[in-house]
Amino acid sequence: MDIVSTEQKKRIHPHKFTLWVAIGSILMMFAGLTSAFIVKSNQTNWISIDIPVVFWVSTAVILLSSLTIQWSLRSFRQREMSKYRMLVAATLILGVAFIALQWLGFQDLWKQNITFRGSGAGQFLYVIFGLHAIHVLGGIIALLVIFVKAYVSRTKIYSSVSLEVASAYWHFVDLLWVYLLIFFLIIG
Amino acid sequence: MSDMHVHPEVVTSHEVHSDEHHVHHHKETFITKYIFSQDHKTIGKQFLITGIVWAIVGGFFSVLFRLQLGYPNETFPILETLFGKWGAGGHITPEFYYALVTMHGTILVFFVLTAGLSGTFANLLIPLQIGARDMASPFLNMLSYWFFFLASCVMVSSFFISTGPAAGGWTVYPPLSALGQASQGSKLGMDLWIVSMALFVVSSLLGGLNYISTILNMRTKGMSMTRLPLTIWALFFTAVLGVLSFPVLFSGLILLLFDRNLGTSFYLSDIVVAGQVLPNEGGSAILFQHLFWFLGHPEVYIILLPAMGMVSEVLSINSRKPIFGYMAMLGSLFAIAILAFLVWAHHMFVTGLNPFLGSVFVLLTLLIAVPSAIKVFNWLTTLWRGNIRFTPAMLFAIGFVSLFISGGLTGIFLGNSTIDIHLHDTVFVVAHFHIVMGVASMFGMFAGVYHWFPKMFGRFLNNTLGYVHFWITLAGAYLIFWPMHYEGLAGVPRRYMDKSSWVSFNQFTELNKFVTVVAMIVFAAQLLFVFNFFYSIFKGRKVRSQNPWGANTLEWTTPVRPGHGNWEGEIPEVHRWPYDYGKDGRDFIPQTEAVGANESKH
Repeated sequence: MDIVSTEQKKRIHPHKFTLWVAIGSILMMFAGLTSAFIVKSNQTNWISIDIPVVFWVSTAVILLSSLTIQWSLRSFRQREMSKYRMLVAATLILGVAFIALQWLGFQDLWKQNITFRGSGAGQFLYVIFGLHAIHVLGGIIALLVIFVKAYVSRTKIYSSVSLEVASAYWHFVDLLWVYLLIFFLIIG
Repeated sequence: MSDMHVHPEVVTSHEVHSDEHHVHHHKETFITKYIFSQDHKTIGKQFLITGIVWAIVGGFFSVLFRLQLGYPNETFPILETLFGKWGAGGHITPEFYYALVTMHGTILVFFVLTAGLSGTFANLLIPLQIGARDMASPFLNMLSYWFFFLASCVMVSSFFISTGPAAGGWTVYPPLSALGQASQGSKLGMDLWIVSMALFVVSSLLGGLNYISTILNMRTKGMSMTRLPLTIWALFFTAVLGVLSFPVLFSGLILLLFDRNLGTSFYLSDIVVAGQVLPNEGGSAILFQHLFWFLGHPEVYIILLPAMGMVSEVLSINSRKPIFGYMAMLGSLFAIAILAFLVWAHHMFVTGLNPFLGSVFVLLTLLIAVPSAIKVFNWLTTLWRGNIRFTPAMLFAIGFVSLFISGGLTGIFLGNSTIDIHLHDTVFVVAHFHIVMGVASMFGMFAGVYHWFPKMFGRFLNNTLGYVHFWITLAGAYLIFWPMHYEGLAGVPRRYMDKSSWVSFNQFTELNKFVTVVAMIVFAAQLLFVFNFFYSIFKGRKVRSQNPWGANTLEWTTPVRPGHGNWEGEIPEVHRWPYDYGKDGRDFIPQTEAVGANESKH
């Protein structure tokens, strides 16, 4: 089972390395979408939009969640388990709040009569922000699995690798969000 | 080329692995051993067998549409018996024809030559040849197979719905693929195609991440990057290409899914279908082509590179000579991997692409000839004056080189945007890519299967059947595709199911029949291989020695039938590159042998 983790000492844990490659892969997907956006925005009939204010709130929320997860990792390493549990719970709540806020943002746009009809910035926003939200959801699930596993497992888990992987991913979706927002502000 | 494989300073800081207790440390049930297995070798076999099943299906489809192309005016009542309304009146209906062509492409490109080829051999060879007990994440690896299996199920399910599978060509260009009312094959079948491909992308990403991470992090002591067999290098670049290009296809497909089902117009503008004016405005169909071919072109190298790697290995072993120009082989693999991302628009020369931009893509495309020629040169010089053993694997490897040369040369024609104006969408293109990427990669795959079958199953494939298989396939490949070059130069278009209304093309009627007959024979020869494969798993000649081919690489230091964990006891340490054949009067020197004091350098 743990052929990997127990036998070979590495400078970087293979799982963490895998995550970095995965991040590269996810970036390529968003690069594909944002370059499609750039190509389309130079064509005629392009309709730009104003970013709803809600997205600024969600930005604050996800930035805050990056702090809490980093903090929780630190408490885990220092074996302050109650603090760790509280911070992970906070991160999870902030993550869910982020997705809810994105949903509100979408509703806001929809009310401005920016629906799926057409192919302007609004439609791209639904696709790109939607995909980003799915990636955040993936982070929430991963974190939840790690969290629950720690309760279920009979043996105590001292390795922080999976938590480190989760938090690196979390920071990544956070930065990705900031990039996407700036992208939409400048080009959209 | 002097001492590139002697890099003691690059040796990574591994500790000696003392972990005998890790081998067979938990009881395996049938399910964990053969179905939801996390053993990379079993996963490799799962990929291979699924790939073989797909290859039979995809190959059979090509026989069916070849029947139409060779005998457009004859009736075959059996078609109606077998396929009902799709073969009404003993004729292949147009919907059926386009579904067959589309599925043939999709199946062979993705399910056979991507999953079946790199899925199989990356899983089997990476841990075995770099000296690791398993992949970086055996669990993700298992998921990779099961996502592929799920993708396969979804694709198969689309064969059995009333409107049939996707039928807009394997490239699924919108607007045809985006509008359900445009054709039968653009209805539910197209949605299933997209879902299946999305699952496939997930599968290939999970696999690719693992391959990269494993190669870079899990090598045994002494296995520096420049001591890796070329198979591993090729599989590494393949994985990198996949990880960087499949997500872009994914984003293209998501936009397509939105256009199809949610009313957006990313790819649609000013369209009239069946007298109905569509409201979609502002979209660009060309955008899809850019996104598609940004994957699509690297995809052909995803298919080809593993074959190149395995061919390099098999050629060297069976010539009993070191591979010629290891570093040049490596450099050319790298160059191909880079160029793969910079040539996608050569698939789009006639879409109204800016001619200046076109000329840039011509230049970059023709540049690929340089690393390709280096590789061919090195393969030929590896064979040169070798002590050649003509095993079936070796024959397929040599066949690969032959096909790669003849298919590669026509690539130079097509890579020129001016000549492409005449040749695009003719069967010349079909002939080119089938030889250079389709059949050549198939040959690489066969070389791999014949060569590593003893490692996979502890038995040999039957040699006589192997020789018959090889000669029929090689002769057949040329007899099928060579005539298509002539037809294509004469302007015969691809994708048309009946060209008999073109009087000038009637001169090819007999030639088309000939091609169809050969295609059937070649398909039958593949069934011979399939028989050989499954028969030999159970009844083949047993492998008695640990290293039946006299090879240097680490997989042959494992037991004949390695368990999960590969080596009993410690993982061997590596002291040299894998190509010390015919050195200092010795036939071969395994990688595990320390460099002697009096040993000559190369």
